[in-house]
Amino acid sequence: MSAESLILFFIVGAFLVGVAVLFSSYVPPKSSNPQKFEPYECGIPTEGLTWLQFNVGYYMFSIIYLVFDVETIFLFPWAEVMKETGMRGFIEIVIFFFILGVGLLYAWKKGALKWE
Amino acid sequence: MGYSRYDFTPLLHSIDQWLYSVMSPAWALIVELTLIGLAFLIFYALVGLFLVYAERKVCGFIQNRVGPNRVGKYGIFQTIADFIKLLMKELIGTKDADKLLYNIAPYIVIICSFMAIGAIPFAQGLLAIDFDIGILYIISVSSLSVIGVLLAGWSSNSKYPLIGAMRSGAQIISYELSVGLSLLTIIVLAGTMQFSKIVMAQENGWFIFKGHIPAIIAFILYVIASTAETNRGPFDLAEAESELTAGYHTEYSGIKFAFFYLAEYMNMFIVASIAATVFLGGWMPLHIPAWNGFNVVMDYIPPVIWYFMKTAFVIYIIMLFKWTFPRLRIDHLLTLEWKYLLPINLVNILFMALIVLLGWHF
Repeated sequence: MSAESLILFFIVGAFLVGVAVLFSSYVPPKSSNPQKFEPYECGIPTEGLTWLQFNVGYYMFSIIYLVFDVETIFLFPWAEVMKETGMRGFIEIVIFFFILGVGLLYAWKKGALKWE
Repeated sequence: MGYSRYDFTPLLHSIDQWLYSVMSPAWALIVELTLIGLAFLIFYALVGLFLVYAERKVCGFIQNRVGPNRVGKYGIFQTIADFIKLLMKELIGTKDADKLLYNIAPYIVIICSFMAIGAIPFAQGLLAIDFDIGILYIISVSSLSVIGVLLAGWSSNSKYPLIGAMRSGAQIISYELSVGLSLLTIIVLAGTMQFSKIVMAQENGWFIFKGHIPAIIAFILYVIASTAETNRGPFDLAEAESELTAGYHTEYSGIKFAFFYLAEYMNMFIVASIAATVFLGGWMPLHIPAWNGFNVVMDYIPPVIWYFMKTAFVIYIIMLFKWTFPRLRIDHLLTLEWKYLLPINLVNILFMALIVLLGWHF
């Protein structure tokens, strides 16, 4: 069981949702009125657009996340062979961590980690 | 060892042999896959229903009330009744929603949690997918569900879901790092990412005891980060009722809403299972070196029960968090991750590597 089971789990997951949604879209009773499909906004008609420019803070965090996530991917192979590489590998990874730490410190001092 | 009397490998192997002997290989494979799929489907539904019930009971216990107690004895059929009611509700969406993405979102969250559950080792020989990169696989698949959450919020064309989804996205990707790094601490100690090997390596002591100080720190960090990653309280900003009604699934109704709810609980189950497997030994009974009598007695308890006890323990901790602490503000939330958990994690990994190199672990 390896690659084919991934497809299996994908299909079974989709099946679970699909059957229930199909059942739910035909069996339950339906009614319709103009207000029913309005977006919810405290019971009053909606004001303005929904899809507009958003706070840049989220974007900043996703950029920093990207850097650190790639770095985590680099660390996984090292962690697995850590015992074989020994002290030499450890010193190399300390240098890697140092560069990372400087990067984090830079982002910190620049105020990228501050929510505004 | 004594625990191997509960090994599932011979049983599953003989079923496999029998299927291949009575029908052609192609049909045998199809029947096998159907059986596995069906078993996981039932398991998934049962765990989901049970967790919703357990959450309400724990909540009731903490708030000094009874919780559900009307439907069936002790209210055990409450969630089944809720499920049937949700199934019989009309599906309504918003007027100008992005229909395609709006309909796809529940599929994504459910499929992601369903694919992750296949890699969890329940007992010896009882796991569907045994990759040699098991931990990496389960982290990556379960973190894909953030796409579903973002799609749900964005495509609803409503303001509360959009804000909820954005918060949820920022939170999930931030805490993803801490989850990965705290598991990395244990991979350094274990030297493998395969779940079956990780469990076998804990035969003479669970990793939380073997790696003593850094492992305990990593366990605490993991529990905090995974609570945040599954959008549960006190980190449930994405669905802060008082300000955002229901967050990213405000505009979903009926069974689609139920699927988001189910996925949240299943994600909690998955992170608790990973914590139980990686830190607390998975299905491995509690063994103390040189206490042979004790070890033999512990081996009589089936591994499946060990596994579920440990998972239930972690789930209970996560539930206690939700009903004990007040909700965080978003800047506090991001500060906690980037200025505390992440640096502590980085130092902790080096600390653990040093301990492994110097042989100070047990």
